[in-house]
Amino acid sequence: METLMAYIVGAMFAAAVYMMLRRSIVKLVIGLMLLSNAANLLIFTVAGMRQGAPPLVPEGAEVPASAVADPLPQALILTAIVIAFGVLAFSVVLIHRAYEVVGTDDLDRMKDTDT
Amino acid sequence: MRSGILLRNVQPLEHPQLMLPAVLSGFILALFAPLICRVAGDRCGWVFALLPAMLFVYFAGLLPEVMANGAQVVRYPWFPAMEINLDFLIDGLSLMFALLISGIGTFILIYAGGYLKGHPYLGRFYVVMLSFMASMLGLVLSDNLVTLFVFWELTSITSYLLIGFDHEDVKARASALQGLFVTVAGGLALMAGLIMLGTVAGSYSLSGVLASDADLIGHEWAVPMLLCILAGAFTKSAQVPFHFWLPNAMAAPTPVSAFLHSATMVKAGVYLLARLNPALGEAELWTLLLSLFGGLTMFTGAFMAITHTGAKKVLAYSTIMALGTLVMLIGIGTHYALVAFATFLVAHSLYKGALFMIAGILDHETGTKDVAEMGGLAPLMPVTAVAAAVAALSLAGLPPLLGFVGKELMFEAVLDAPAWQMLLPLLAVGAGIGVMVAAGIIAIKPFYGQRQETPKHPHEAPVSMLAGPVVLAGLSLLFGVALFIPEQTLVAPVVASLGGTAEKVHLALWHGINMPLILSLACLVVAAVILRYWGRLQPQLDVLREGLGRFGPEAGYFRIMEWLTRIATWQTRVLQNGTMGNYMITLALTTVGITGFTLITQYGVPLRLPVPDSGFAAGIALLMVVSAFFATGTISRLGSVAAMSIVGFSVALIFILFSAPDLGITQILVETLTVILLVLVLFRLPGFTRMSSPLERWRDIIVAVLVGALMTVLILAATEVQFFEPISAEHVARSVTDGHGRNIVNVILVDFRALDTLGEMFVLALAAVGVYSMIRLKAEDQTA
Amino acid sequence: MREANTLILRTAALVLVPMQLLFSVFLLLRGHDEPGGGFIAGLVASGAVVLFLFSYGVSATRELLRVDPRDFLGVGLLIGLASILPSLVLGQPAMTAQWWEIPLPGGGYYKFSTPLIFDVGVYLTVIGSILTMVVGLSESEESDA
Repeated sequence: METLMAYIVGAMFAAAVYMMLRRSIVKLVIGLMLLSNAANLLIFTVAGMRQGAPPLVPEGAEVPASAVADPLPQALILTAIVIAFGVLAFSVVLIHRAYEVVGTDDLDRMKDTDT
Repeated sequence: MRSGILLRNVQPLEHPQLMLPAVLSGFILALFAPLICRVAGDRCGWVFALLPAMLFVYFAGLLPEVMANGAQVVRYPWFPAMEINLDFLIDGLSLMFALLISGIGTFILIYAGGYLKGHPYLGRFYVVMLSFMASMLGLVLSDNLVTLFVFWELTSITSYLLIGFDHEDVKARASALQGLFVTVAGGLALMAGLIMLGTVAGSYSLSGVLASDADLIGHEWAVPMLLCILAGAFTKSAQVPFHFWLPNAMAAPTPVSAFLHSATMVKAGVYLLARLNPALGEAELWTLLLSLFGGLTMFTGAFMAITHTGAKKVLAYSTIMALGTLVMLIGIGTHYALVAFATFLVAHSLYKGALFMIAGILDHETGTKDVAEMGGLAPLMPVTAVAAAVAALSLAGLPPLLGFVGKELMFEAVLDAPAWQMLLPLLAVGAGIGVMVAAGIIAIKPFYGQRQETPKHPHEAPVSMLAGPVVLAGLSLLFGVALFIPEQTLVAPVVASLGGTAEKVHLALWHGINMPLILSLACLVVAAVILRYWGRLQPQLDVLREGLGRFGPEAGYFRIMEWLTRIATWQTRVLQNGTMGNYMITLALTTVGITGFTLITQYGVPLRLPVPDSGFAAGIALLMVVSAFFATGTISRLGSVAAMSIVGFSVALIFILFSAPDLGITQILVETLTVILLVLVLFRLPGFTRMSSPLERWRDIIVAVLVGALMTVLILAATEVQFFEPISAEHVARSVTDGHGRNIVNVILVDFRALDTLGEMFVLALAAVGVYSMIRLKAEDQTA
Repeated sequence: MREANTLILRTAALVLVPMQLLFSVFLLLRGHDEPGGGFIAGLVASGAVVLFLFSYGVSATRELLRVDPRDFLGVGLLIGLASILPSLVLGQPAMTAQWWEIPLPGGGYYKFSTPLIFDVGVYLTVIGSILTMVVGLSESEESDA
């Protein structure tokens, strides 16, 4: 599965970068969302993918009966998902604000620092 | 062998607890300086002077112990694990510097009170001046290479603030910046040198380095280490070809020039060289470079001094001459050279401090800095004239002043130098003539001869400004007549610190008729002739100097600065042109280039064909990527957002299928909130429009595909190689026993790695506060 | 955001919101042993409040919350920081987990710990962050309209 995911994640990164290179400011937001999803999947894939072995210890036991999926990347991704949402909200509001002030949604016309 | 035998039996000081407060007291007083200035008014100079005066007494009290027992180290552990400690090394050398700094500092602070009387920024001046003094004390007393370097840089920074004190003057700002660039560039080299020194010697303490058994000179790093340390010392002590910043630094108020650029800061490089002499003095390169550059600097300084008419410029160049002499003497390194070094160091600090303050008095009283416009002032300011005469005699090296003894010893050392035997005596005689003329320019020209009209009507300076010159000039005379005082208290301990034999030190005014005396007489005759015709000769010398200046090192400095500006302009234009797309492409291609190169050279291209082990999972993955492409390609904003939702939920499904229930739940919840967010904000923005040309689109597609390919290769390489055991094995094993929780992910989040989570909570809070403040900003705009 | 004028949504919200809030507390408390925890519980709770916001509008939501959403944020961060203190008082490295067993009536006991306090901090921070953003944005939209 990791091999397939390597190609899938690569394709998602490509889509994200392409969207972030658009001049329309709204497409930038879509690009950001794709990028954070792709990044989370990248970490998830690299850690190794295992079916049916969640990192939980059965009741009464001290350690899981058999090998489980790596919990550390999961902990990292869990916070990453929530923070990505915070950052997305921040950038969406920032973009909205920039659009109101500058009056254009064309990133190429936003390059003057004095407005 | 000159290695530091004397340091092997370092003894604890009797009252060590006072050392740290003594060194840092200047910083503490600096905090209260503006307040004291406001309360004490015009007399604040006298108040501030109490501190260096007390320090002087304290350091003088340590002298007998050092004379009796040799070097002592006071230790204050700071970061012991990293060998960074506030340790202080007290021996003849550091103590003499400490005495010079606190002693001259006392008079400078009094003098500044008179010179800058009523200045609106007097408080600020004392803040920086006191900080500088404390940094300088820390520099000369530090036993630790790292703290020494910190204090070294602090003197550069405070000196920058002092040179640029008249910050409304363009020239002062430029000069301050020049001094900063040159000394900080050297400081960077010094840092590298000190790190190499510490590594090779196996100790970051000076006493450790000096007592080290390691072969410092034979080590393969010896040459770069030596060059780096010399670069630091030479820039700080204004040796050719880095000398040009010092005369420009005369843009500072005169008290600053008198303190920093004669007696203290510029001598920091000399101090460091003297300090390391016992460890590195045996190196051939050390002897060759120090005596050559020192000799050239000595001559250049003396020659440049007599081409100027500005009193402070003349003194600045004669300071360069003195610094060159000191460096050369360390390089020569014979017994005579070391005695000459110690004597010359004391003599120079005394007369140069006095002369600078006199130059300040002249400029303060007459309103001009140009000695060519002054004459016949002696009857109007008799005390100044006498002090100037005594100090200048010491500068010229005439008996019975201390300067004479220093100069005779210098000639003696040069005649017996181990390297450059032909060149050094010539340079020394030339420099000897030069400083005699310079002394005449300062002490005779303004005070005697035809009375000339000056912009201000001059009269005798106030006591605060006279105290320093009179006392320092008086000491020059006293030490010259009663040579046993400096011999036993200052010169002998310094010679011992430098690795020489203290018992052999003997100073005398009369050595009989010998070669140095004959050379001195010859210098005197030539100097008298030059001085007689100086008025006519000077303009021609000035033209000659300007002609040479076009090829000089200062021109090189300006060319370097010009190129730096040009490169900065160019790279700003290329890299930071304000277009978001350009930044993105630069970032993306740089990442692809560097990471891709490393990946492919290390692992090749580990292409494998995908073999899905679960049809269901593969289907979801494909759905996800198709939705992602649809979101990218569609021209409908709503369609794009809907496709993004499918992407998000597919990701959640993948998490759940591959054993990450917590992630799946989180992803689904966040996905829901994201839709709400986009509904609230995104649909208030304009819809999708196609703005770029087909060419740009193809360029972007290529960049995007490159990034995607990099990530694919990265994952393929990473899943194949494993460098280390995952640390999570331990997390799994200890989750229940130590973390009392069966959900390992949660135990990691709130227990094992809770500090990370705490940081992430703050990030999230910051984003929320950011959103809130932007909304508030808009609301205020609308009501306004 | 003007409140939706559908009776079905309003009625459903009245039932769903308390249940969701209760469920979020359940998720929070069991999070150490089963899927759940502060982040997830916080997201569920904010989801509940957002549902109420969509049905009844901003002012009704503010009345329901009684305090400004930003206060949750501050209190959450403070609780997270406070969970460091017990280990410091006991002279252990900061953030060393402390466990206390509180006996319950009926023979059992409840495990109370600093990681649980910390998780409550996470829970409140997540609620505070999300509600600060969403309520703020809804208000700005109302003033636009």
